[in-house]
Amino acid sequence: MTTTWSSQPVLRVQGLEVTYYTDLGRAKALDDVTFSLGAGEKMGMVGESGSGKSTLALAMMRMIKPPGRIEGGTVHIGDTELMGLTEEGMRKARLSKIAYIPQGAMNSLNPVTRIGAQLVDAVKSHVSGDSNSAIKDRCLAALRSVDLDERVFNLYAHELSGGMKQRVCIAIGILLQPQVIIADEPTSALDVVTQRQVMETIDRVKDEINAAVILIGHDMGLMAQFVDKVAVMYAGRLVEVATVRDMFTNPRHPYAQALIESLPNLDNKGVFQGIPGLAPSLLRLPSGCAFHPRCTHAQDICKQVRPEVNHISDGRLVTCHLFDKEAVHVQSA
Amino acid sequence: MAKLILQRLAFLLLVIWSASTIIFFVPRMSSRNAIRERFAELARTGGFAPADLEAIISSMEQQFGLDRPLIEQYWVYLGNILRMDFGYSLSRYPATVTDLIVQALPWTIGLLIVTTILAFLIGNFLGAIAAWPRAPRWARGMATPFVLLTGVPPVIMGVLLLFFVGFRLKLLPLGGAYSIGTVPSLTWEFALDMLRHQVLPAMALVLGSVGGWVLSMRGMGITIQGEDYVTFAEHKGLTPGRIFRDYYLRNTLLPQMTAFALALGTIVTSAIVVEAIFSLPGIGTALNNAIRANDFPVIYGIVLFITIAVATIMVAMEFVYPLLDPRIKPQT
Amino acid sequence: MTMTAPHPVAALEAAAPVQPSRLSMLARYLRRNVSLSVGLFMLLMLVAFTVIGYIVIDPRHAYPMAAIPRQPPSAQYLLGTDFFGRDLHAALVVGMWQTAAIGLLAGGIGTIIGIVLGFTSAYFGGWTDTGIRSVCQILTPIPVLLIQIVIAGSLDKRYVTVMTMAWIIVLLAWMWPTLVIRAQVLTMKERQFVAVAKLSGVSDFGIIFKEILPNLLPFIAAAFVGQVFAAVFASFYLAVLGLGPLREPLLGNIIWSAQSQGAFFNGWWWWPIAPTVAMILILGSLALINMGLDELANPRVRKTE
Repeated sequence: MTTTWSSQPVLRVQGLEVTYYTDLGRAKALDDVTFSLGAGEKMGMVGESGSGKSTLALAMMRMIKPPGRIEGGTVHIGDTELMGLTEEGMRKARLSKIAYIPQGAMNSLNPVTRIGAQLVDAVKSHVSGDSNSAIKDRCLAALRSVDLDERVFNLYAHELSGGMKQRVCIAIGILLQPQVIIADEPTSALDVVTQRQVMETIDRVKDEINAAVILIGHDMGLMAQFVDKVAVMYAGRLVEVATVRDMFTNPRHPYAQALIESLPNLDNKGVFQGIPGLAPSLLRLPSGCAFHPRCTHAQDICKQVRPEVNHISDGRLVTCHLFDKEAVHVQSA
Repeated sequence: MAKLILQRLAFLLLVIWSASTIIFFVPRMSSRNAIRERFAELARTGGFAPADLEAIISSMEQQFGLDRPLIEQYWVYLGNILRMDFGYSLSRYPATVTDLIVQALPWTIGLLIVTTILAFLIGNFLGAIAAWPRAPRWARGMATPFVLLTGVPPVIMGVLLLFFVGFRLKLLPLGGAYSIGTVPSLTWEFALDMLRHQVLPAMALVLGSVGGWVLSMRGMGITIQGEDYVTFAEHKGLTPGRIFRDYYLRNTLLPQMTAFALALGTIVTSAIVVEAIFSLPGIGTALNNAIRANDFPVIYGIVLFITIAVATIMVAMEFVYPLLDPRIKPQT
Repeated sequence: MTMTAPHPVAALEAAAPVQPSRLSMLARYLRRNVSLSVGLFMLLMLVAFTVIGYIVIDPRHAYPMAAIPRQPPSAQYLLGTDFFGRDLHAALVVGMWQTAAIGLLAGGIGTIIGIVLGFTSAYFGGWTDTGIRSVCQILTPIPVLLIQIVIAGSLDKRYVTVMTMAWIIVLLAWMWPTLVIRAQVLTMKERQFVAVAKLSGVSDFGIIFKEILPNLLPFIAAAFVGQVFAAVFASFYLAVLGLGPLREPLLGNIIWSAQSQGAFFNGWWWWPIAPTVAMILILGSLALINMGLDELANPRVRKTE
């Protein structure tokens, strides 16, 4: 496993915060999210529904819609800081620097225009001066690289299978060779065999263009096979970030531990263990650490003081009071 | 394809048959006798001696075949309709109903085509912008006055325009096809005069129906915007203009055209009532006159004619849908 | 093998904070749903106008030869009088009341028929569904008003009353609510809670009345308002064409008689304008309420501010 922590990361997210202003009150959907990712690295983002995984992806694309608002933080891709870009600058950065492969690939393609037109318009919106045939060649190459027949170029979305549509979305995502690709549950609506193929496709095109990949999902099995790092989110916070091996063999945050323990394996076959309690409402987060009501290790401090991100050994991040003493002091970037 | 055409044609015939049947039986269930009423009225106004009334009525009934058994009358009636023969006008005998329709039709068609297309285009465009969150505030606001007008149907709009523009400002005439005293001729003056008489009714129809399109398009637009493909188009970093045109507007086309087909009946009815209010010499005024004169064959003939026309256009439009949306295959 | 992490209820929906009282929730909702509140306010004003009008005014003044004819608006005749000597203020009070009666009656009956047919059609399916749907499909291309013209025209005008008008309109006003309710029931049928109820042995009627109907209430309310709107509209059009109960001061009738007497040509502008303004207020308030209910029934149409 290649870990490139030390090298200059291609993606640096610093203190990202998103709040939704609803009728029932303010919901903090993303709270001080900080992490970084190197070129060619793949990170899995896991957590319960509503924990903020998709919000994180949308925030990085600057696609949070009202009543949501990005309240603070920075996202660097290479030397570009996305949050400071103009609207037009951000539009250009989408797809060319950071690409998003959507969750609902079933409906993500325009039903009334041909697939080819949807690839071509993506290129044309970012690149000017290329001849039409050059653009077409580029689109055909993208289709080929996701194992699709060139024939697909002239088809409509309803003529494709679910897996093929997902591949088209991936092909669109890599058209401009972005440095960062976010795939939001790219396989959730697919059957197991197709899931694997799609994941392998993502894997391969990632290597081709040496992009950093963030894979969002709650399928831990798939994560275990395809990512280098795993980040666990809970109630809008990143509670643990570790290499995939560390995460599966030795999770540190109590929530991550519970999550890993809840996975079925061959030893405890048939015993299905959930995490007791419910995910908290973002509108009324528990005081202190949001996980403390469900935490078996909860102490008094957990009820009162919000834990900070602790950098512990191996570049691991754990947001839990249990590790306050282990924390390695790191200089803030 | 041939099978589809046949199937839709069968549906069209079924619609026409249902409408004809309703129009045939409804009046016969009522106690009113059109011919008797007509001639009783003539007798009252002194056309002839009341003593002859019964004789005239029975001879007329014989001529119209009203003395034969109902079912026989029904078959004759259906046969006549297939030949587009709606019988004779009572008040303007010996003119046939078809004659009256043919005279009035050009006026109505001219007014309808212009106003319907204008209202549809303006309404849909404003509605699309109103639902588009990236549109500037002033552009989105342009739809608001028209939305407020949705409560004002074309007829009411007509009366308001008559009052403000025709009566108060005296800018345009208060009704009729051309100024009283002018003789229809092929001169510019006459054409201009005629056009001036068409402006208010046309405005009434456009202003009275734009709001409906604004509303339906706005609703449609908001739905389309929630679709994944529009969101993904934004993720792709497309220019707002392209998303608006190719992803948003393009996808509202089919539902709006379907809505148009469904609204056709209402559109035509509104035009007819507006014509009646402005006494334009179209189908509406013909119908209005027939109602006043108790000229039943004309009433039924006009109603049947419009029904057939509307139903035919609606069925014909179904063949346009596959061109707007590749997902719709002409299914058999 | 797919190993899925447990994901309980979405955090946003779980356990709402302390509920404010229903009334203040309603007030808060109305403040956001501007069209609904403005529409309701206008309707309330109209109701007040008729109710107070009936107390203040002698309804007999709404009929011919009750006042000096052709008077412009004045202190005595707030809205003037018409050619036939009707006090237009009284005529509006009575006419609006009659319009409301036709609207509510025709709209209500149409909606009820629609609910019954729509439920039967969607819930039981099969031949019933095919039959009801086909009839609706065949009748849809036929312009309703024209058939109403035929029916109204065939009646002896002496016997046409406000009630007859309502019935004429009902005859052809049930297809739309039937199709709307049918479509909604069909989607409801697919929802999980209905399947659960079915599996736990709830009877068909139990499911319809306890599970589906309550969930459809916003749609039914919207369909009802839509039907009232359509009925007011239809009766107005019929009356404008001179097919209403000619004796009654229905708003459409007043406009019809004003146009027949060339009111604008003769300078009696107040005659057609009074019922026109009344009609705008009625249809406007109903349109606004309908829009507001649409937003309530169909949250996706909510404004994106």
